[in-house]
Amino acid sequence: MHRHLISAADLTRDDAVLILDTAEEMARVAARPIKKLPTLRGRTIVNLFFEDSTRTRISFEAAEKRLSADVINFTAKGSSVSKGESLKDTAQTLEAMGVDAVVIRHGASGAPYRLANSGWIDAAVINAGDGTHQHPTQALLDAFTLRRRLTGRDTGLGQDLSGKRVTVVGDVLHSRVARSNVDLLHTLGAEVTLVAPPTLLPIGVESWPCAVSYDLDSTLPKSDAVMMLRVQRERMNAAFFPTEREYARRYGLDGDRMARLPGHAIVMHPGPMVRGMEITAEVADSDRCTAVEQVANGVSIRMAVLYLLLGGNEPAVTHARPSVSHHQPADERSAHTPFTAEEK
Amino acid sequence: MSKILIRGARVLGGEPQDVLIDGETVAEVGTGLSAEGAEVVEAGGKVLLPGLVDLHTHLREPGREDSETVLTGTRAAASGGYTAVFAMANTFPVADTAGVVEQVWRLGREHGYCDVQPIGAVTVGLEGRNLAELGAMHESAAGVTVFSDDGKCVDDAVIMRRALEYVKAFGGVVAQHAQEPRLTEGAQMNEGVVSAELGLGGWPAVAEESVIARDVLLAEHVGSRVHICHLSTAGSVEIVRWAKSRGIRVTAEVTPHHLLLTDELVRTYNPVYKVNPPLRTERDVMALREALADGTIDIVATDHAPHPHEDKDCEWAAAAMGMVGLETALSVVQETMVDTGLLDWAGVADRMSFRPAQIGQATGHGRPVSAGEPANLTLVDTAYRGQVDPAGFASRSRNTPYQGRELPGRVTHTWLRGKGTLVDGKLT
Repeated sequence: MHRHLISAADLTRDDAVLILDTAEEMARVAARPIKKLPTLRGRTIVNLFFEDSTRTRISFEAAEKRLSADVINFTAKGSSVSKGESLKDTAQTLEAMGVDAVVIRHGASGAPYRLANSGWIDAAVINAGDGTHQHPTQALLDAFTLRRRLTGRDTGLGQDLSGKRVTVVGDVLHSRVARSNVDLLHTLGAEVTLVAPPTLLPIGVESWPCAVSYDLDSTLPKSDAVMMLRVQRERMNAAFFPTEREYARRYGLDGDRMARLPGHAIVMHPGPMVRGMEITAEVADSDRCTAVEQVANGVSIRMAVLYLLLGGNEPAVTHARPSVSHHQPADERSAHTPFTAEEK
Repeated sequence: MSKILIRGARVLGGEPQDVLIDGETVAEVGTGLSAEGAEVVEAGGKVLLPGLVDLHTHLREPGREDSETVLTGTRAAASGGYTAVFAMANTFPVADTAGVVEQVWRLGREHGYCDVQPIGAVTVGLEGRNLAELGAMHESAAGVTVFSDDGKCVDDAVIMRRALEYVKAFGGVVAQHAQEPRLTEGAQMNEGVVSAELGLGGWPAVAEESVIARDVLLAEHVGSRVHICHLSTAGSVEIVRWAKSRGIRVTAEVTPHHLLLTDELVRTYNPVYKVNPPLRTERDVMALREALADGTIDIVATDHAPHPHEDKDCEWAAAAMGMVGLETALSVVQETMVDTGLLDWAGVADRMSFRPAQIGQATGHGRPVSAGEPANLTLVDTAYRGQVDPAGFASRSRNTPYQGRELPGRVTHTWLRGKGTLVDGKLT
C-alpha cells in the first residue's frame, strides 16, 4: 500500500497502530458539542457505492463531514452505471471533477485495486468493501474495538494486540470481513481461529496465518473475543448447510455458549445481525456484545484513515504521499495532529 | 515468380538444406539446389516447419466483428506461422447450420491468408439440449469434421453420448470444452490459495477432470473418438493418460498460455489474465509440459480469443474471458518446450502441424516438408529474442498477457500453397 487503502494486508504493524492511535484522538472529537475539525476543508471526497450499504456509507459520510471535507455521494442505482457506464468511465468523470479521494464499495473483488492501479484516476482510493475480498476499515474498527476493550482506552495507545485470542465464526468463504480481520489481527500479533462448517471455509485456508476449527464449543474457552459473521439465508439453498436450525445448533452463539467464554471476553458482530440464527437476542443485547460500539468506532477509524491518507503530515502507511502537498504550501498544512486548530 | 528457393533452412531443426517451391508444391529438398529462375530467401539457419495448424481459433465472424473478422484473424494466423485454422462455432448466429459454416468457410477462401475450416456446434444454439444438424454441416461445402460447443460444455451425458455416436457415421470428432457447470457457478479463477486470498470465485480442477473422466468412458462405451479442448490441470493429464493406456480413442490439446502462466498473475486483478479454463498452478503447468512432451497431450491449440479493449479494461468480474494467441503461440512453445529441452523442433512440428491436421482431417496441411507436398511452410528465426508489442499485432484485438514480456523466436515467412502470406515479417 502506498497512498491508497485497498487491503488490510497492505498495512504494517506500525501503520495499523498509528491508525488506531489516531482514531483514539478522533474519538475524542465525537464527545465534543461540536463534532467537527477543519482538517480536510477544501478537499472533495466521493463515496462511490456500486453496492447497497447504508451503514458503511453513512459511517464514511459522517467521518468525512466531521473532517470538513466536501462530500459527494454516488450510488449506482439510477445513475449512469445503470445505463451501462463502466467503472473506468465513472472514475474518469469523477477525476475530471477534481476529487481528492474515492471511497469505493463494489460487488466485484478487486475493483478498488483496479481503480487505484490502472491509471484511470489520480485520487486516493479507499476500499469500503469489495466482493468477498477485503473490507479494511471494518478490520481496523474491529481491532480498535478489541484494543479498547481488552487493553484499555488510555493504556492501549501505541499497543498492538499481541497474545490476544480472537475466534471468527461463520461464513468465512464469502466474507471480506473475515479476510481483512485475519490479515490485520495477525499483523497486530493476535492469534486468530476461524470456526465454520467445512463448506464455508475456502480451499487453501490452511495457508492463512490462523488456526481453523469446525468445533465452536471447544474453541470458546480459549477466546478473548468471538467475532460472529453474518450468514446469508440464501446460502442454505446453495447447500452450504442443511437448515437454519442445524446451523444455529452448531455455530450459533447463544447464552449457554457465551457462558463458556472467559469472563473478560467480548462478543463482536459487524452487523446487521440475524438474531436467532447466528446470534440469539440474549447475546446480542448483552453488555458483552460490542456491535453498537463497533458502529461508533467505525466513524473514528474512518476519520483517522481519511486524515492520514489525505491530510496528515505523518504518513499512515509506508511510503505514503500525503496528497495535500500538491495543493497547499507546507506552512499551511495540518500540524502533526489534526486537532490544533480547534483546541486553540 | 512461381519459384522460390529457401536457402540454408534447418528443416524441422535439422542440418541446413535448400527447399525449392515451384508453384503450389515443394519441388525439391536438398543441398546446393539451383536458384535459377527462383526468388531466393536466405534462411541463414532459421528453422523451417510445415505450416502450423490451429485446431482451436475464435474468428468471431459472424457477429462480433468488432473483436475479430475472418480477414483479421487469418492475417494474425499468417503472422504466427499458421496456414490453417479451425474456427470455433460460438459466433452470432451460432455455427450450427450448414448455412453459417459455409459462410465462414467462404470468407476464409476469399481472404486467402490461411485456410479456414469451420467447426460446427454440437447442439442447437450451444444450448446443450438438441443436437445440431451435424450431418448437414458435414455434407456442406465446408465439410465439417470437428464439432464443439466450445465456450460451453456439453454437460448432459445423454446428449454427449448421442453426439459421439452420431459423428461416427462420417468419421467426425466431438471436441469437448470440459467444464462442469454447477461446480463453476460464479467461478472467476482457479480455486486454490490465490482465489481464497483474492476473494474471487474458485474454479476447481475437478470441474474439468470429472467431465473428462465421464467423456473418455462414454467414448469407450460407444467406440467413438473424443477430443478434449484446452487441458489445464495435472489431474486432467492423468485421466487422459489412463484413457490412452486403455486404448480409448481420445486426443487432447493444451494452450500456450497454460504452458507458461500461473494463477499467481491474477494477484494483479488484471483481466488480461482472465481466461477459460483459468490459469492454474505451477504444478499443473509442469504436468502439462511433460504431457505434451511425452505425447499424452497430442497438440498445442491457441484458443485465440480476441476481445475489444473495453471488454478487458474494467474490473475483473466484469471482464470477458480469453486472450489472443495466434501471433505468440510459437514463441511461447519455444520458451516452454524447446528452450527447456522438452521438445525438439520436429516435436513442435508434430504437435503444432502434423497431429492437429490429422485430428481435424485438414488434408493438404500437416504434411512432411518433402518433394511433391503442398508448399505450406513456416520459417522461424529461433535465435530472436524480443519484447512482445501488441501494437504490431495483425489481430483486431490486443488482449495478450505477454505485453512487454520478452519471448524467443519470430516467424519471418509463411507460405500458403507456395504463396507468401508473410514475407520478411510483413503480411503481403
